[in-house]
Amino acid sequence: MKVQFSDISMRFGAMDVLQDVTISVEEGEFLCIVGPSGCGKSTLLNIAGGFLSPVMGTVTIDGDPVTGPDRRRIFVFQERGVFPWLTVEGNIGFGLFDLPDEERQRRVAQYVHLVGLEGFEKAYPRELSGGMKQRVEVARALAVNPDVLFLDEPFGALDSITRLQMRSELLRIWRAARKTVLFVTHDIDESVQLADRVVVMSARPGRIRRVVEIDIAHPRDLSSRRYIELRDLIFGEIGLAHQV
Amino acid sequence: MKNVTMQRPMQHAASNIEHSTFEKFALPLLTVAVIIATWSAAVEFSGTKIFPSPIAVASAIGTLGEKSLLWRYIADSLTRVFAGYAVAIVAGIPLGFLLGWNASLARAVNPLIQMLRPISPLAWMPLAVIWFGVSNAAPIFLIFLASFFPIVVAAMNGVRNVPPMYLQAGRNFGLSTWQLMIRVVIPAVLPRIIVGLRLAFGIAWVVLVAAEMIAVDSGLGYLIIDARNAGKRYDLVVAGMLLIGVIGLLLDTGIRRVEEWISE
Amino acid sequence: MSRSRLLPLTGILAAVAAWQLGVSLHPSSLIPGPIAVARGIGELAVRGLLVKYVVASLFRVTWGYLTALIVAVPLGLALGLRRRAEAAINPVLQVLRPISPLAWIPIAILWFGVGDLSAIFLIFLASLLPLTVATMNAVHNIDPVHLAAALNFGIPLRARITRVLVPAILPQLIVAMRIALGVAWLVVVAAEMIAVNSGLGFLIVDARNAGNRYDLVIAGMVLIGAIGIVLDLLMRRIERLDSVRWGYAAE
Repeated sequence: MKVQFSDISMRFGAMDVLQDVTISVEEGEFLCIVGPSGCGKSTLLNIAGGFLSPVMGTVTIDGDPVTGPDRRRIFVFQERGVFPWLTVEGNIGFGLFDLPDEERQRRVAQYVHLVGLEGFEKAYPRELSGGMKQRVEVARALAVNPDVLFLDEPFGALDSITRLQMRSELLRIWRAARKTVLFVTHDIDESVQLADRVVVMSARPGRIRRVVEIDIAHPRDLSSRRYIELRDLIFGEIGLAHQV
Repeated sequence: MKNVTMQRPMQHAASNIEHSTFEKFALPLLTVAVIIATWSAAVEFSGTKIFPSPIAVASAIGTLGEKSLLWRYIADSLTRVFAGYAVAIVAGIPLGFLLGWNASLARAVNPLIQMLRPISPLAWMPLAVIWFGVSNAAPIFLIFLASFFPIVVAAMNGVRNVPPMYLQAGRNFGLSTWQLMIRVVIPAVLPRIIVGLRLAFGIAWVVLVAAEMIAVDSGLGYLIIDARNAGKRYDLVVAGMLLIGVIGLLLDTGIRRVEEWISE
Repeated sequence: MSRSRLLPLTGILAAVAAWQLGVSLHPSSLIPGPIAVARGIGELAVRGLLVKYVVASLFRVTWGYLTALIVAVPLGLALGLRRRAEAAINPVLQVLRPISPLAWIPIAILWFGVGDLSAIFLIFLASLLPLTVATMNAVHNIDPVHLAAALNFGIPLRARITRVLVPAILPQLIVAMRIALGVAWLVVVAAEMIAVNSGLGFLIVDARNAGNRYDLVIAGMVLIGAIGIVLDLLMRRIERLDSVRWGYAAE
């Protein structure tokens, strides 16, 4: 068991945001959390990241309770998290402050290559597209070799074509690096394309409605019967008729 | 819900509320108390005969309040600052609009403005005295100069930075240039201009005090310099400074209120 | 090309021409024409006063301003980061802020006498409060995501300050620094008119009092304007640096 959420409840003022959420995440698993806006999925991720403490319940990682942010588990925000005052290199090397220069440069180069940003090492974020900034952020997170990655709607601000590309890149990187990934999204298709398991949450207060196992091997065929079945199952679970 | 991400780490929401009332009133009072105590102690221990203690300043404020002179000085200062500031607004905003709208005109006139702007308004004092004599008009002219340039520049930059999309949308709906000005440009730049107006007022207030110290024989600036020159009454000096601070703060708060009211 | 080069000069040339015209129409006026002023600047240069006074004024501004910067940035950071410190001190800053720095002149003279130190103290006061308040507000405006990311990577406090906090506030701070330098330049002139016996402000008062030399008065004004422009341009240069350009709206 890598990450264990036990009976998490959260409240902001008088508003109940999360109620009795219990999830176990396996080592190396890709877990998606979906739900309507306001279901507390971001809050849940922030609790796991150590940025918020729950009113009740605990999160443990490798059996140790989470008490604050930790560089062994990195949070990836939408591309806004990239530091605008640092270059691509500067951003990717940000968490490697304790390495000797030479080793740091080697690692930065390795992750620049991994996310395909060769030639942009000296560029500032304002010169990059949204997708490129998102890659910088993923590279910055991976460079410190964390064992858990938290991604909070990381592709929410990208156009739909870039989103598709970023998804397959994330899967490629995930397969290469084998990190445990917790991925929050409101995009049901996204969750079915990416996850090993999808946690479906209900709105306010957020509770787990259902956990859906996505038993399709990668690379996934988005027009296969099983894909459509699972997607429609989740749509139904959230209470949306899959029609426009 | 996105904001959730932004919370400071490991903070319980409830604890913010418990402390806020205490912090808002008690902490500033505590700071003021510490300052006054330090000031008192410093006057006490240094044995200075010249620099006043807080109590001396408080009683000086009392004495000033009894004399009708104080109210006349305040009235004089306010008249000057508002007269100069009003002329600067009336002249500065239209000029700023014109320069923001017409790029060639701006290229011709802007260098002149940029050159005149850094000339400290007080440096104009000798010329002001030639032109206006030792009268109210001289300090009013200096205050006009002090607030005019910031206002012009704020209006000009405001108009220049109106997003082109707004103008396109306005034209798309068939507005004439005049209508475009009134219905699109003015509402779009108003918040920026108001900020410029507030900054300009801050500078005008600084200049007013200096102008009154040099050029006239009434007003809050004169009160300070006169209290020093006529008998080293430093209690009155500090009292005058506090008055300048409090009145300046009140005026600044007033402008902020207008700012909030307009930007709503 | 030539038109666009000349256009910026037309305004200034027209103003100088109008000035000359006005002087020619009123020969009895005390106001000297542009040529007399140019000659006045020449005279100051020959007498060695030009360099001496410019250096004196810049010396005071530099020390007052730099001292203020050194105090204001750490103070502003502390107030911006610690909500309680801000609650305690900010109201006091707000009351002190509208006190014209020039109103401190009598106290400056009492403490430091007539001389450089008084002027430096006034410039320090004039720059300190705006810089402190600007730093504090800039800290409040930092995107919380950036602070969260810095915390997540567990970098030590010192690095958090130098690599996240300071770069994050820099764009706003530089704008405040430019404005504060403008105010400092205004204050030095006023302070020199009242509290010291050298510098460009003193030049103006002295030229007028000692024999109505209005050519030198306006020469002093021209010098003040020219130096003010140079200071402003230098600060605007800094705003174009790559590591702060992100903070300004795209041009």
